[in-house]
Amino acid sequence: MSGTAEQPSMTRRELLTLIGRLAGSGVMYQAMNSLSFASNSTFTQPVVLRGAPKGASILILGAGLAGLVAAYELRKAGYEVQVLEYQNRPGGRNWTLYGGDVYVELGGFTQRIGFDKGLYFNPGPWRIPHHHRGILYYAKLLGIAMEPFIEINYSAYLHSTRAFGGKPQRYGAIKADYEGYVAELLAKAVNQQKLDELVTQEDREILLESLRSWGALEDDFRYRKGRRSSFRRGFAKAPGGGLSGLPVYSDPIAPSDLLQSRLWASLAAANVFDDQQTLFQPVGGMGSIGAAFGRTLEGLIRYNAKVTEIRQDSRGVTVTFVDTIKGGGLQTARGDWCVCTIPATILSQIPMNVGAPMRAAIDSIPYIAACKVALQMKRRFWEEDDGIHGGITYTDQPIWRICYPSSDFFKPGKAVLLGAYMFGRDAIEFTALSPEERIARALEQGSKIHPQYREEFEVGASVAWHRVPWALGCASRGWGDGNTEQYENLCAIDGRIVLAGEHVSRIPAWQEGAVLSALDAITRLHERILQTSSGS
Amino acid sequence: MSKRFVNVALICGALVAGAFCISADAQQSSRYRYADGKEVYERICQACHMPTGQGAAGAGAYPALAGNPKLENPLYIVAVVLNGLKSMPAFADLSDEEIAGVANYIRSHFGNEFSERVTTEQVKGLRPNA
Repeated sequence: MSGTAEQPSMTRRELLTLIGRLAGSGVMYQAMNSLSFASNSTFTQPVVLRGAPKGASILILGAGLAGLVAAYELRKAGYEVQVLEYQNRPGGRNWTLYGGDVYVELGGFTQRIGFDKGLYFNPGPWRIPHHHRGILYYAKLLGIAMEPFIEINYSAYLHSTRAFGGKPQRYGAIKADYEGYVAELLAKAVNQQKLDELVTQEDREILLESLRSWGALEDDFRYRKGRRSSFRRGFAKAPGGGLSGLPVYSDPIAPSDLLQSRLWASLAAANVFDDQQTLFQPVGGMGSIGAAFGRTLEGLIRYNAKVTEIRQDSRGVTVTFVDTIKGGGLQTARGDWCVCTIPATILSQIPMNVGAPMRAAIDSIPYIAACKVALQMKRRFWEEDDGIHGGITYTDQPIWRICYPSSDFFKPGKAVLLGAYMFGRDAIEFTALSPEERIARALEQGSKIHPQYREEFEVGASVAWHRVPWALGCASRGWGDGNTEQYENLCAIDGRIVLAGEHVSRIPAWQEGAVLSALDAITRLHERILQTSSGS
Repeated sequence: MSKRFVNVALICGALVAGAFCISADAQQSSRYRYADGKEVYERICQACHMPTGQGAAGAGAYPALAGNPKLENPLYIVAVVLNGLKSMPAFADLSDEEIAGVANYIRSHFGNEFSERVTTEQVKGLRPNA
């Protein structure tokens, strides 16, 4: 950016402030990008709210990540903060189930989680992309230890019940063959002058060179059995030591078989923005973030509080709730302002006197279905027998995938595998099953990929999100990329109430959405409060 | 066949902006054919409305279908299944026969005794693009 050179005496921040004042925040964001400040997440630096009016109070509904972030920052800004939470723990969907926990889903189906001590699974969020800087900022602030989450593993399987006789194939082999054949086809088209109108003569040579490199092609631009292809797809017998070290090359799958198998459908899974390496997971379970927030906010959160009505007047917001443990009559909590992070599934059922635009927006958010089934196995057979250390196997069966733990590699003894994790109709159908039947199906389908299941399985657990009593769904369907009026109505401050949560973000279903939504909401609310108090 | 895959992928992308559906199985839609209304109920509806049609309550609630006076108008349930309601997603991908079947099943089970039958023509007529 030439501006930095012309005004060398300015710091970057001063320059950004100037640009922001002159041109508005959109231009500032572009400028920040060009100065390498902003990355993918809009989170750039901690929010600093100053000057809360003396005695001003804010009532926060929900102690999920959005509510916890809001409580943390608003307290720091000087507000009197209290939080009402339906559950008996902080975190919301930031949640880990450990051995010994009891989980009762809607309908009364009760699961006593039978995992061994120290073993767990994350029913909701389980990974954090490196560019989700908001959630990572708070995790670091709270002292949460992170370890890598293995999203992609070339040794994991791609599996179809309708291809290769149901025999799972290695991701790395399918990827190598697919890219090899695509490169070969493209090289053929170039050499047959079929792309002359699309590529300049000079670029043609470069393209051919790149295709040979990318696709592991031989000098004649063919992808075939040999040293180059085996170094991509794997050997029939890998190079070794001494007299027995001679490698044996493997046979690529025939092109038509590869296409017909449809195993390519999962090749790009980890190419997606939010799934790109590096990703992280908190050591010992995702729920440790919510738990740490809870400790930091000790005394501010009222648990077991079921909100039954939200009513604002010209001076504040009164929330009616019942204590789900102690019972008794209706109780009330009051704040000058309210940050409401209750999921839309539930908020759409709670009387709240906001305007028709916000109400219509709340009532327009379908929640997607998801279900996870976790299986405790006697040993890490996927590591010991299959050579798979972390990562994901994809299948065309209703379980969609098998996910291997990204921690405690090579550790002897038991481990928990994610034996099913699906969305869509498959997830709805899994939700309709009893917890026992979900495990039975996960075992039946998974054993087609890992026959060891039958021998090694011990106990399982499942969470089907539409039966989670405090969520009634996995996550909001999302608002797409359009600048819809309804989305803006959802975000707007209505009197003394502002909403936050992943459903009030453009990153639905991700924890980052909850964090960024909360920061956006409280920043605007704080501005509104300062305006209101200076005007009155 | 490739067209169907693209369609599924697009639907999935629209459903969840971001990466939550990336591996949506190309063939999965063909897996879902339901023999009758009972099967639709047991494989889909009871996920939330429960095996006995009693609904359930936590921080929010799923309405009971048993003894629900809203079911009296035979088209109410059809409209809800086709369009969704609040956070309940639409199930418009079900066939006219499947929707009529499940509407009639619910209206004649769980203690409900509504005699008027929903027809496939009525379902067709209520579809948003009809």
